[in-house]
Amino acid sequence: MNTVRMAVADGITMAKRNTIKLVRVPDLLGSVVLTPIMFVLLFAYVFGNMIEIPGVPYREFMLPGVFTQTAIFGAALSGYMLVGDLQKGIIDRLRTLPMASSAVLIGRTTSDLLINLLSLVMMVAMGLIVGWRVHTSPLEAALGCLLLLLFAYVLSWAATLVALIIRTPEVFNNVSSMAIFPLVFLANTFIDTTRLAPPLQVVAEWNPVSAFTQAARELFGNTNPAVSMPDAWPLQHAVPASLLWAAVMLAAFIPLATWRYNKAVSR
Amino acid sequence: MSDAIVAEGLVKKYGDVVALDELSLSVPRGTVFGLLGPNGAGKTTAVRILTTLLRPDAGRATVAGFDVVADARRLRPHIGVSGQYAAVDEDLTGMENLELVGRLYHLGLGRSKARARELLDRFDLATAADRPVKGYSGGMRRRLDLAAALVASPPVLFLDEPTTGLDPRARAGLWDVIAELVAAGTTLLLTTQYMEEADRLADRVAVVDHGRVIALGTADELKDLIGGDRIELTVRDAAAAESARQALAWLAVGPMRTDASGRRVTIPVSRGAAALTEALGLLAAEGVTVRDAGLRRPTLDDVFLSLTGHEAHAVPDKDLVKEYSQ
Repeated sequence: MNTVRMAVADGITMAKRNTIKLVRVPDLLGSVVLTPIMFVLLFAYVFGNMIEIPGVPYREFMLPGVFTQTAIFGAALSGYMLVGDLQKGIIDRLRTLPMASSAVLIGRTTSDLLINLLSLVMMVAMGLIVGWRVHTSPLEAALGCLLLLLFAYVLSWAATLVALIIRTPEVFNNVSSMAIFPLVFLANTFIDTTRLAPPLQVVAEWNPVSAFTQAARELFGNTNPAVSMPDAWPLQHAVPASLLWAAVMLAAFIPLATWRYNKAVSR
Repeated sequence: MSDAIVAEGLVKKYGDVVALDELSLSVPRGTVFGLLGPNGAGKTTAVRILTTLLRPDAGRATVAGFDVVADARRLRPHIGVSGQYAAVDEDLTGMENLELVGRLYHLGLGRSKARARELLDRFDLATAADRPVKGYSGGMRRRLDLAAALVASPPVLFLDEPTTGLDPRARAGLWDVIAELVAAGTTLLLTTQYMEEADRLADRVAVVDHGRVIALGTADELKDLIGGDRIELTVRDAAAAESARQALAWLAVGPMRTDASGRRVTIPVSRGAAALTEALGLLAAEGVTVRDAGLRRPTLDDVFLSLTGHEAHAVPDKDLVKEYSQ
């Protein structure tokens, strides 16, 4: 079997295994299905009545924010599962098999993609129930979903890298929360960044999460053209900016994670 | 070539801790080699190097004719590994675990399934095949882990402390399974902390301490070296223990030991039951009252006492050392 075919075949085998785990462990499935529902309800009914965004109903504004936020929290879960495999010696066993070494990470990120697809479907359905609407063509809406999945895919490589560096579940949990909260909330996910203090505003507008969220808003038509956008380039050109972010981050995270994987297991 | 496993001068250090200190060994094809030593002696490190999980800092090793570093990729189809901690997936069923391993050996779906079923039958796990491993007992997990190592019927097998932590019955069951395997011609390298296990399974045994081989031979040779069985006596007080030691000194084939209570004496002897009868006769003649007397097999501690003059010291677990050195 040639190297590429082997990597793909073994990657699928590993993804299947991860998916079986997902179905079999109720709290995992619960967090994939229920957490997104919880976020939609929480932001629609709790914050929705407190926060005003000029020109757009808050529920329309915040749902793309919930999409990106859920992808970020989901990435932490997949990193956690990889740490678990490392801890329990499962990766050691796999390393003694004649499988493609890249398959462990390919399998992980592929099954994450399935998880994220499931989450996104749940959130879209919930969003439509609470009053979120798509105002663009089906094609644009589909592109919006693809872009969100791309974002989640990038994040799952990032989580993989962090998991391989940290390798203990407790520390991983701490570090990932420390990274997640600023990423999610120091962005345009739920607020109008123009009302932040100037230095924070710059950080928030250049936060990649903001570009993806803004791109999703544009592709779903959850923006108001009459209201001017912040001047920051990634928000003015949200779709190309997100694609650029994705390309740069994948180009960095995939080789780094692969390198860490080979290093982490050969100690 | 006739040696399935050859290691020459393997060195591995974790910071200041020397896990392997020029360890060398060779295992002829179709034989069982036991690595006997306490925790932290370097047994697991040696297995990790020989199974391509770890690169040695110095030295070289070949398994089934392949260099463990340069030819790691080509070597892997020829080995099976079962670790100290059963590395099976708790959330998958026994069947799914073995099938996964079969797929990753590239046996194909049909053969993976058939092989998994065959192994589950053979390891007495057929009734639990479709239950998640989470609900398995310790012994069942170990059997499944061993089965996973055998999926591709590899010619060379590594078992790292296969029975540590198991109850005596599960241990005996696993020994039977391993004995059957090696009867079929598999080359096996086994690490263990139990002299009895090495004696039962291994053709040749290397005693490892601080990353070096300190004794090497057949189990019988080793037993001659360290004495065979041990007589263990409990007497009334320290004075009686001293009289017993003097009376039985000529029976001892190695250093005698009195435990912390001062009333329990261990005497290595060579003729087992006959020696025990003789000892009891001698003690009766000396008027030493014996509270309890028995014959037992030598333990790792006895081996170390005989070979090094000190008992087996468990140095910090390698995983801990790894944590600290990060």
